[in-house]
Amino acid sequence: MDFLPHTADDEREMLATLGAGALDDLFEPVPAEVRFAGSLDVPPALSEPELADHLARLAAVSDGPGLTCFAGGGAYDHHVPSAVRALAGRSEFATSYTPYQPELSQGVLQAVYEFQTLVCELFGLEVANASLYDGAHALAEAINLSVRATGRTRALVGEGVHPHWLEVVRTYTSGLDIRIDVAPAGPAGTVDWAAVDATDAACVVVQSPNFFGRLEEVSAAAKCAAAAGALTIAAADPTALGILAPPGELGADVVVAEGAALGNAISYGGPYVGLFATRLDLVRQVPGRIAGETLDADGRRAYVLTLQAREQHIRRARATSNVCTNQTLMAIAAAVHLSWLGPEGLARLGEICVRRAAYAAGRLSEIPGCRVRFEGPHFKEFALQTPVAAADLVPRLAGRGFLAGPDLGRWYPELGDSLLIAVTERRTAEDIDSLAEAIEKELAEA
Amino acid sequence: MSRALEASAGTREPDFPLIFERSRRGRRAWSLPEAGVDAPPVEELVPDHLRRRTPPGLPEVSERDLVMHYTRLSQRNWAIDVGAYPLGSCTMKYNPKVAEDAAALPGFARLHPMTPDDLTQGALELLGNLERALCAATGMARLTFQPAAGAQGELTGLLIMRAYHAARGDVRKRVIIPDSAHGTNPASVSLAGWTAQEVRSDERGLVDLDALRDVLDEDVAGLMLTNPNTLGRFERDIIEIARMIHEVGGLLYYDGANFNSIVGVVRPGDMGFDIVHMNLHKTFATPHGGGGPGSGPLAVSERLERFLPAPVLTWDAGAERWHWDHDRPDAIGRIHSFHGNFGINVRAYAYLRSLGPEGLRRVAERAVLNANYLRVLVEDAFPTAYPGTCMHEFVATGKPLKKHGVKTMDAAKRLIDLGFHPPTVYFPLVVEEALMVEPTETESKETIDALAAALVQTAREAEESPDVLREAPVTTPVRRPDEARAARDLRVRWTPA
Repeated sequence: MDFLPHTADDEREMLATLGAGALDDLFEPVPAEVRFAGSLDVPPALSEPELADHLARLAAVSDGPGLTCFAGGGAYDHHVPSAVRALAGRSEFATSYTPYQPELSQGVLQAVYEFQTLVCELFGLEVANASLYDGAHALAEAINLSVRATGRTRALVGEGVHPHWLEVVRTYTSGLDIRIDVAPAGPAGTVDWAAVDATDAACVVVQSPNFFGRLEEVSAAAKCAAAAGALTIAAADPTALGILAPPGELGADVVVAEGAALGNAISYGGPYVGLFATRLDLVRQVPGRIAGETLDADGRRAYVLTLQAREQHIRRARATSNVCTNQTLMAIAAAVHLSWLGPEGLARLGEICVRRAAYAAGRLSEIPGCRVRFEGPHFKEFALQTPVAAADLVPRLAGRGFLAGPDLGRWYPELGDSLLIAVTERRTAEDIDSLAEAIEKELAEA
Repeated sequence: MSRALEASAGTREPDFPLIFERSRRGRRAWSLPEAGVDAPPVEELVPDHLRRRTPPGLPEVSERDLVMHYTRLSQRNWAIDVGAYPLGSCTMKYNPKVAEDAAALPGFARLHPMTPDDLTQGALELLGNLERALCAATGMARLTFQPAAGAQGELTGLLIMRAYHAARGDVRKRVIIPDSAHGTNPASVSLAGWTAQEVRSDERGLVDLDALRDVLDEDVAGLMLTNPNTLGRFERDIIEIARMIHEVGGLLYYDGANFNSIVGVVRPGDMGFDIVHMNLHKTFATPHGGGGPGSGPLAVSERLERFLPAPVLTWDAGAERWHWDHDRPDAIGRIHSFHGNFGINVRAYAYLRSLGPEGLRRVAERAVLNANYLRVLVEDAFPTAYPGTCMHEFVATGKPLKKHGVKTMDAAKRLIDLGFHPPTVYFPLVVEEALMVEPTETESKETIDALAAALVQTAREAEESPDVLREAPVTTPVRRPDEARAARDLRVRWTPA
C-alpha cells in the first residue's frame, strides 16, 4: 500500500501537461553515474492486515510491558487518562505543523500558550518555551543559556543529576569552550551545597528529586550559585510539584524537567518532552519556540509565535539554539493532563507517590540484608541496597513478573549492590508486598 | 473545502476562552485513588521548607468541559487530515493511520526504556529492521536513532565530523553551507563549535563551483548540503562537489530534509556523502504533531561508524539476540536520554513496510510529478525563481504582485480564504518574495488543479481587486495577528485579570 492517489489517466495527463514522456524524464538533473539502478534492499510491501500481524508479533516479543513495573531511572509508569489520550491524539493537532500561519493555527498556538502558563505555574517562573526534545536536552540548553548570560564557561553539576543527562550535557558542550565539573554527592546521596565553591561558574545544576530519588536542598544550591554570581539551574519532576515547593521560589533561575510523565506513553524512552522555564529578563536567551498573546486586525485576542529573532530560521549561526522541530504534541498532552489534574489532583498524585514509595522503602527494608541506600527524604523513587549484585537480581525479578531497576552499578561501580525502585500511582500496596516477597524468595535462593 | 475552519464549532466562539478562564473552584476531572498504604502523611515525609505553600494555578474543570475545550481548540487548527498543506520543505504528506495503531501497541507504547534487552527483543528487531532499510536507502553503513529531530541529527553528525578530524590529529575551523540552506545548518555548526561559512548559489540555483573553490582549504571540516536543495533543484555537480571537499580532507554531510524526492532513485552514499540525517517525519510520513515530535536518525559511512553515539544496536549471531552495545570507546557520547523518539520510529517502520522498495520509489516519482505539474500550472502567475524541472518542490516569486501594491504574504492569506494552507513564504532568503511550494505525492490531481486555480485567482485578484488580498483572510477565527505587538508587549503566559 503506497497511499498514492494517481490513476493511470492522471499520470498520463500530468506528464502530457509537462511535455514529458515518462516519469524518469523528471529526474534528468540526477547524473546517470550516481543513479541507483537496482531495487532497494528493503523488505517487500505488506498489505494492511499483513502489516498489522507483523507489528503485533514484534510487539508481543517485547515481554517488558507484561511485568509489574517498579522501574525508574528517568522514565516512570504513570497512568495516562483516557481523556488526555483522546484529545492529544486528535488528528487536527497530530497532523498539523509548526504554526507559521497563525490564522490556521490558533488551536496549537493557544494550547502551547496554555502549556507555557502551566509550566510557569509548576516551576514558579515567568516564561516557558514551547518544549524541547527531552529533559536531558532541556538541561543542555539551560547550561548554554547560562554561558551566554554570564560570559563564563564552567558549569558545576551536582552528582545527583541523571547520568544520561550528564552524558548528553557533555556531548552537547563537547565542541564548545565549556567545562563541566561535577560536585560530588555525600553519603546521603545529595550534595552538601553549603560546602561547594562555585567561583567562576556560569551555573550550578541541581536535580531534585535526584537520580537516587533524594530531595536536594535547592535553596542551598541557589545560595551557593548566587554567592558566585552564577545562575541556578534546577531539574524538577513535574509530578512532585503539587506537594514540593516550586524551584523558582527556592531561587532557581532556570528550571528544566522531563515532562513525559504528564500524559505521554512511556514508549521505550520517546517521544518525550523537555520542559524549560526561566526569568523574564532572560527571555531573549531562551532556546526554541515561544507562543505569545497579541491582538488581531479586528482587536480580537490571538496567539502567534513570538521573539522569533532568537531562532535559527532568522538568526542562523547566531541563534540561541539550533532547535526547529520540537515536541509540541507531547506538550499539548502535558497541558491537557495538568488541566485534568487541577491543583488538587496534582497534589493527590504527589501524595500517592511519596507515601507509597515510603511504604515500599519500609517494606523492602524489612528484607534481611536490604536497606534504603541513601537516608533522607525521597519522592517516588529510592535506591535499594541488596546483599547480591543488583545486575543479577534485575533479570531474576523479571522471571518472577517484576520490572525493577536499573541497577546502579552501570554508572557507579561502588553501587553495584543497589538498584532503583520507583513507585507511581499505578502500584498498589499489594504490588509492593508481592515485590517484597519476590525479592525475599530470590535472596533465599541466591 | 473552502471556509473549512469557519464551519467548525470552535471557530464560532467569538473570544475563545483559555482553559484557565473556564475554571470554577471545586470542579474536577481527576480520578485517582487514596494513597491507601500504611505510611506517614506528606507532612512527615517532606520537610517543611521543601513543601509547596500555595497550590499552583492549574485550572479546575470537569472532564466534560476539558474535552469540549480541547476538541474545539483542535477545530481552530488546520491539519493534513483537514486539507492540502503545501508548505515547502516541510513535506506535509498524508500520515497513515495504521502507523498510529502500531505505535500504540502495548508491546511498544508501554515498554520501559530501562527494560533488560532480553525482554525487548521485538522492539529491538523492529529497530534493527528499520536501521537496515534506512541504511540501504541512504547507502550508509550504520546509524543512530538517538536524534529526536533533524537539527539534533545535524549536531550529532557534526560532532562525529569533529571526532573524525580529532582522531587524525586534525584541527579544523569552518563548515561550508550554501546560502539557500535551512537555518538549522549554520546554527548546528555554531553549536558544534565551528564557524559556518556561506557559499553563494549561482544563476541555476545551485552551488557556485567557483565560489566553492575559493573557500575550500585545509581548515574546512566539511560541507553540509541539502540535495535536492531548498530551491527544489538537484545539485547536478554533486560528484565534483564531493571530489572537491574530499580533496581538502573534509567530509560531506547530507541534510535529509528533501530525501523524500530521491528515495530509490539515488542514494546519498553513491553521491559521495559521508554523513546523512533523515527527517522521518518528512520522508517516512510520521505526523508532525503541530511542530513536533520528529525523528532525525543519523547514518554514517563505514569509516565513521566507531564515532556513533553509544549504545549501538547489535545482533549477536551466536546467542541469536539483539542487544545494545555500550562498549564504544570512540563514541561521541549520548545525545538523548534514552533511544530517541522510538514511537515515531515505529510509525516510520510501519510506513516503510507498507511501501516496500517499489513503493518507496513510486513515492519519490509522484512527489516530483506533482510538484512539476503544479509548477507548470501556476508559472504564468507565479514564475519560478529558477527555470526548468524541479524536484519535489519549487520556489516561485510573488514579485509580479508588487506593482499592484500586494505582497506575497497577502496572496498567502488570500489562499486561506480559498480553502488552502499557504505554501512557505519568504524562505529561502535568497529569493525575493519567495513562495516555496511542496504539494507532496499524496495530493490528488483534482486537489492540485484546485490549488493551482486558487493561486492563479490570487494573482488575478492582485491586479483587479488588491484589497481582497490585503484584507484576507476573512474566514478564519482571527485575522492577521499583530506580531510586532506580540514581541513589544510581551505576554507569554496567562495571568488573571
